[in-house]
Amino acid sequence: MADLRCTFAGIKSPNPFWLASAPPTDKEYNVVRAFKAGWGGVVWKTLGEAGPPVVNTASRYGTLEVNGQRMVGFNNIELITDRPLEVNLREIKQVKRDWPDRAVIVSLMVPCVEDSWKQILAVVEDTACDGVELNFGCPHGMSERGMGAAVGQVPEYIEMVTRWCKQHTRMPVLVKLTPNVTNVLGPARAAKRGGADAVSLINTVNSIIAVDLDKMAPTPTVDGKGTHGGYCGPAVKPIALHMVAEIARDPECAGLPISGIGGISTWRDAAEFMALGAGSVQVCTAAMHYGFKIIDDMVDGLNNWLDEKRHADLAAVVGRAVPNVTDWQYLNLNHKILARIDQDLCIKCGLCHAACEDTSHQAIAALRTSGTRRYEVIDAECVGCNLCMHACPVTGCITMVEVPTGKPPLNWTQHPNNPMRQAAE
Amino acid sequence: MPDIGDIAANRLSAEQYQRHFDDVEPPLDRKRALVEASRCHFCYDAPCLEACPTGIDIPGFIRKIATDNVKGSAVTILEENIMGGACARVCPTEILCEQACVRTAQEGKPVDIGALQRYATDWLFEHDIQPFTRAASTGKRIAIVGAGPAGLACAHRLALLGHDTVVFDARPKAGGLNEYGVAAYKVPHDFAQREVDFILSLGGIDLRPGQALGRDVSLVQLRRDYDAVFIGTGLGGVNALALDGETLPGVEDAVAYIERLRQAADKSRLPIGRRVVVIGGGNTAIDIAVQAKRLGAEDVTIAYRRGADAMSATPHEQEFAQTNGVKIKHWARPVRLLSDGGRLSGVECESTTLDADGKLVGAGTRFALPADMLFKAIGQTFVAAPVRDGGRELLDLRQGRIVVDDAHRTSLPDVWAGGDCISGGQDLTVSAVQDGKRAAHAIDHFLRNA
Repeated sequence: MADLRCTFAGIKSPNPFWLASAPPTDKEYNVVRAFKAGWGGVVWKTLGEAGPPVVNTASRYGTLEVNGQRMVGFNNIELITDRPLEVNLREIKQVKRDWPDRAVIVSLMVPCVEDSWKQILAVVEDTACDGVELNFGCPHGMSERGMGAAVGQVPEYIEMVTRWCKQHTRMPVLVKLTPNVTNVLGPARAAKRGGADAVSLINTVNSIIAVDLDKMAPTPTVDGKGTHGGYCGPAVKPIALHMVAEIARDPECAGLPISGIGGISTWRDAAEFMALGAGSVQVCTAAMHYGFKIIDDMVDGLNNWLDEKRHADLAAVVGRAVPNVTDWQYLNLNHKILARIDQDLCIKCGLCHAACEDTSHQAIAALRTSGTRRYEVIDAECVGCNLCMHACPVTGCITMVEVPTGKPPLNWTQHPNNPMRQAAE
Repeated sequence: MPDIGDIAANRLSAEQYQRHFDDVEPPLDRKRALVEASRCHFCYDAPCLEACPTGIDIPGFIRKIATDNVKGSAVTILEENIMGGACARVCPTEILCEQACVRTAQEGKPVDIGALQRYATDWLFEHDIQPFTRAASTGKRIAIVGAGPAGLACAHRLALLGHDTVVFDARPKAGGLNEYGVAAYKVPHDFAQREVDFILSLGGIDLRPGQALGRDVSLVQLRRDYDAVFIGTGLGGVNALALDGETLPGVEDAVAYIERLRQAADKSRLPIGRRVVVIGGGNTAIDIAVQAKRLGAEDVTIAYRRGADAMSATPHEQEFAQTNGVKIKHWARPVRLLSDGGRLSGVECESTTLDADGKLVGAGTRFALPADMLFKAIGQTFVAAPVRDGGRELLDLRQGRIVVDDAHRTSLPDVWAGGDCISGGQDLTVSAVQDGKRAAHAIDHFLRNA
């Protein structure tokens, strides 16, 4: 059995699976259920300043359904915790006392005033929690009040607030980043400059998930009107993977731990985030869809995969794919692959032909011999784009086969068609 | 309990009759339809489409279900097959579209095309939408004989093209086998008449029930009074066993019994034997056997003279009979009807086999199957008398059925035919619809170019 124990920015947990700051971590009741199910840690749903709590709407969630698959994407317009600060603090303290081996990190969002941060940090530290996560990500509601993404989109604010927090607490400080920026490196580097112990990303993506064509309003609809919300769930995973990789391979962010978030539903998703540099992962939508029991397979599956690959622990895989993430200009233009159709597996649906013929390179012939359909790759036309392989509904029927060209690797920086090419030495 | 001739009605509770003759397959709700529709790969050059005798754009209508364009889906179906609702229920899809479905090759489980087709067409009927409008009137009148799938499909297409049609049928109701022949649990809730009403609601179709060819109207007269004639009379006769005792009480013709069953509002009034033997291997044999079981027969056996592979009932139908508690006795042919006190008591069968030349021969062993009721389901025949003029054949026949060309024209230049009454047909509802549709286009072409 591989060792799944995780130490992230000094925070220890029995496994790398944490529940992200969200409805599943809003109360002691939920968090205790999560810990009983086996989750390694939680980021407690964002606390705000003392005083009257925020007020939430009904309804709050919208979903993207694809071909009958529910919640492929998920969007919410919920704000931070709407429970009194003192209730949350009391419960956090109790939970940490009852579950000392689990990671309990507390998400925070208060106005951009040093004293506000100083005050909240003091009372949070009193709970004996393991760390704080600065919510600079929420794209709706709170951002209109100058918090959340309104801070996260301005690197100078991130740096400033992070520095305040580091000054006013000895707890590890995680900075949660918003994807609603043109380049995530700006905010990530600012967090590092401010002294952050780690970053966590991504928070939700600005979204209108659907329009109710009867009400003529975005969903979720609140008394006839809707607003943009935060998008998450399996559909955002590619966006998150990219942003995680960008930070992981950025020299300025070197050594900055990353807690990966964004559409993680399975151990395999988690392994992908880890390969791109995430030291821990956070989950929300999958738990909101299926309940906390999914942790069983996440832990078990990750363990079995590590064993199968003969990795002793998480450190053996974290960041392992980062050296293979590069810029397009460094890809080998002499690498040649061709589509191959396994005629024994082919079910004659013709989707490869339709895709290639209509939208690509006319490289798959639709043949009929004595009434029998046959689809064949025309090698001379195939550019190795993979479209047919992706359109094919049969796993393993279309594969891309490497064709030796006998030519040495050649990338765009060296290519004769590139007027800016580097001269060969 | 009498030992001989135990034939009785009212064997079951009202709830049992209701359940036994309700939908054999419940309709899909929206969620299940969306999930099933999502299984369709939307094939290029789709094999299912080619396997459909009426050429429905199956990937097209399924995609429309997937996008909640259910009206569009129903229209896509009905444009090619106006009886798409009945066919969704009665088509042997396992040997047609669903056999060709690439998912059958991929994973042995085709897209449930029949259920999806029903989902779309039911939706249109429930919303009482008439999606078609007739072309400008041509002033031509066509006589159609037989208001079954072939005749109604022909009439509907001709009406759509702007012709006026008059449809004669010997029976009091239109619908043909959908109304009188198909097993009750396949088309419950008076579906056949709802479909007829939908077809007639287009206009241009003047239905004349109770008018039989050869009795109330003649082919000579129709050819004189109309611009063209279409014959879709189906098969009016049944084969006999050619055994002594076929007139014994308890010996029944399956087709006639099913007709009575279909027309009976209260199934509990139908007398059925406690022990039932069915002779035959086609869909009629399956239908009567299962319905006998569902009427409360205790023991139902189908005796068929060859093996399972040779049965014209599909493997799916055979399995359906077996899961309904029907026994199928292969390689057995009846040789003698047994009676006791003037009533049927059973049937003596001989086991059969194939000789070296592949010819069916008796294998010598004889055994008796006790029976209170015996159903003959050994095939139907075309009754040619109505298309004779005196002793003279008006139409060319081959093997007792009407000869037609590729465009469904008979040997007479102004007479077309389709459905089960033609030679070389498939004896399927869906083929009959296609026959009627194609004949309509041929008639239209003929009339416009005459």
